[in-house]
Amino acid sequence: MSEPILELRGVCAGYGNIQALREVSLKVLPGEIVTIIGANGAGKSTTLMTICNIVRATAGEVLYQGRPITGLSADRLPAMGLCQVPEGRRIFPRLTVQENLEMGAFLRKDAARKAFDLDKVFNLFPVLKERRKQPGGTLSGGEQQMLAVGRALMTRPRLLLLDEPSLGLAPLIVAQIFSIIRTINQEDDVTVLLVEQNANLALQTASRGYVLETGSVVLEDSSANLLANPDIRKAYLGE
Amino acid sequence: MTTLGSRRHWTGFAIGLVWFFFILWPLMGIKPGGLEFIPALLVWARIAAAALFIFVLWLLRQQGALGFLERPAARLGAAVSGAARVVPRTAWIAAVLAASMTLPLFAERYALDVAINVLVYVCLGLGLNVVVGMAGLLDLGYIAFYGVGAYTYALLSVHFGLSFWLCLPLAAGLAAVAGCIIGYPTLRMRGDYLAIVTLGFGEIVRIVLNNWMSLTNGPNGILGIKPPTLPWLQDGLWGVLELRALGGLYYVILGLAAFTVLAVYRLNHSRIGRAFEAVREDETAAQLMGVNTFAIKLLAYAMGAIFGGLAGAFFAARMRFVSPESFTFMESAMVLAMVVLGGMGSIPGVILGALALIALPEVFRGFELYRMLVFGGVMAVMMIINPRGLWPAKRVGQRSEERGHG
Repeated sequence: MSEPILELRGVCAGYGNIQALREVSLKVLPGEIVTIIGANGAGKSTTLMTICNIVRATAGEVLYQGRPITGLSADRLPAMGLCQVPEGRRIFPRLTVQENLEMGAFLRKDAARKAFDLDKVFNLFPVLKERRKQPGGTLSGGEQQMLAVGRALMTRPRLLLLDEPSLGLAPLIVAQIFSIIRTINQEDDVTVLLVEQNANLALQTASRGYVLETGSVVLEDSSANLLANPDIRKAYLGE
Repeated sequence: MTTLGSRRHWTGFAIGLVWFFFILWPLMGIKPGGLEFIPALLVWARIAAAALFIFVLWLLRQQGALGFLERPAARLGAAVSGAARVVPRTAWIAAVLAASMTLPLFAERYALDVAINVLVYVCLGLGLNVVVGMAGLLDLGYIAFYGVGAYTYALLSVHFGLSFWLCLPLAAGLAAVAGCIIGYPTLRMRGDYLAIVTLGFGEIVRIVLNNWMSLTNGPNGILGIKPPTLPWLQDGLWGVLELRALGGLYYVILGLAAFTVLAVYRLNHSRIGRAFEAVREDETAAQLMGVNTFAIKLLAYAMGAIFGGLAGAFFAARMRFVSPESFTFMESAMVLAMVVLGGMGSIPGVILGALALIALPEVFRGFELYRMLVFGGVMAVMMIINPRGLWPAKRVGQRSEERGHG
């Protein structure tokens, strides 16, 4: 078994007096798509925000490629190949689509490969190329999600953290975005940690999944087993 | 008349007039002898008549009854702006520059004085624009850096006799250091909290200047600051020309303002400028993209402070006297008003804003006692009509190939 690209060891985090994560431990191996599913407020987004140290871990350890990154400032991570697409997309609304994408490559100095990556993102999301001179805020929700993913790809990530990419989008757009996530994973060898409320879709895309309940990991299994698990089917798949 | 405007419009108009009367009455009516009614009513009636005229015109326009006037006007406007667009932007800039270069040749003393004031505030406005317009950090204590710049030159000139040109970079540097010192603890805060803390720091700087008697001579200020000098050919020898005359001072501040415009323009189009904008748009997202948001915000603060410091050094050299009174919160508010009124993030907007806020009160001198009232009223109306400013930024950092496709 290869070394995990990301590992959380007993991570606790909270907001003020409210403890949002209780000793969360998980592992992501290189090349995998792993998903974290759970109800609203279970701590899924907090887990991703804690990995990037936007929310501070009060206990435990986050390891990336074997190195501890707990407490490392969030802006140091993209250069190490770890990038997050935050919940609610959070594109820069008054910057144009192209400028949004260029912000993704903010730290990179290699002009030629930046241009190459920009072309690649435009190939993955042709609609972004059409709209590259438009302010990001004028895009539709689905296009904004594509822009957020494209912007993250411009950092050349090895590990992509995706927070609720399906949020508020039409099913057709969601299917399109998930197919692109699989493409990125297979063709560009990007490892993906996916947080989703749409458990069905997430488990169909990922190979393994963690189930989070009130800040704790309650279950960890392969996607196939989780999809077959009667408790999961009842709680998260609406049966 | 029956079809002119809805009942809602007329009710709103009537309430507005009544409201205005109750504002005007105490302002004009309260006299030492008691409450007068007639003068206020007369002024009110004149203003009400004017307002009624404008209101009816506006209603007619809404209904398209003024089409016969508007269509040719619109055509004329389109023709003029079309012609304006044919002239390249560099030509416009050259024209403005030529006009400002030749101003001292025909302007009288008073006009030149106002022009110098405008240019000082152009520097301040553009500096604050870096902080507020580009990086989106509301700073209510900006004038502190102006004060630091002014006192730097004042002290170095009086105690060490250093020349203005040497002190200029020193003042800018010290203002930048002050920006970092003030920024370091405050920039962890966001939004309203940041505004309040900067307000506090602005006051701290003023109060320190006021109370540090041994260094700043307190409220009495510092006298005897030397004007800027230039090497000069004199009786076949190199001598020194003191730029005491307004004309010379005007060219110094014109140069500083031009430098500021150029620097801010370059900054707008740079990678750093883009990072400022990203922080303004979404700080967390910017951080997730690898922007060191704390350093970038500190940099924005320091850069804004540099222009404030330059303007301050000039202010000291021009007045040849500094005292803490010149660096009150009112000044910060004025500069902020220029940036907002002109159009946040827009260089021509901020220049127009400075022109409007410095030159308009001079124009309104005819109103005598009601000058500030009229000024405030005009400002409020301008913000209601066009909240994005006189010359709104199309979008900060827009590149040339994107222009004209709007």
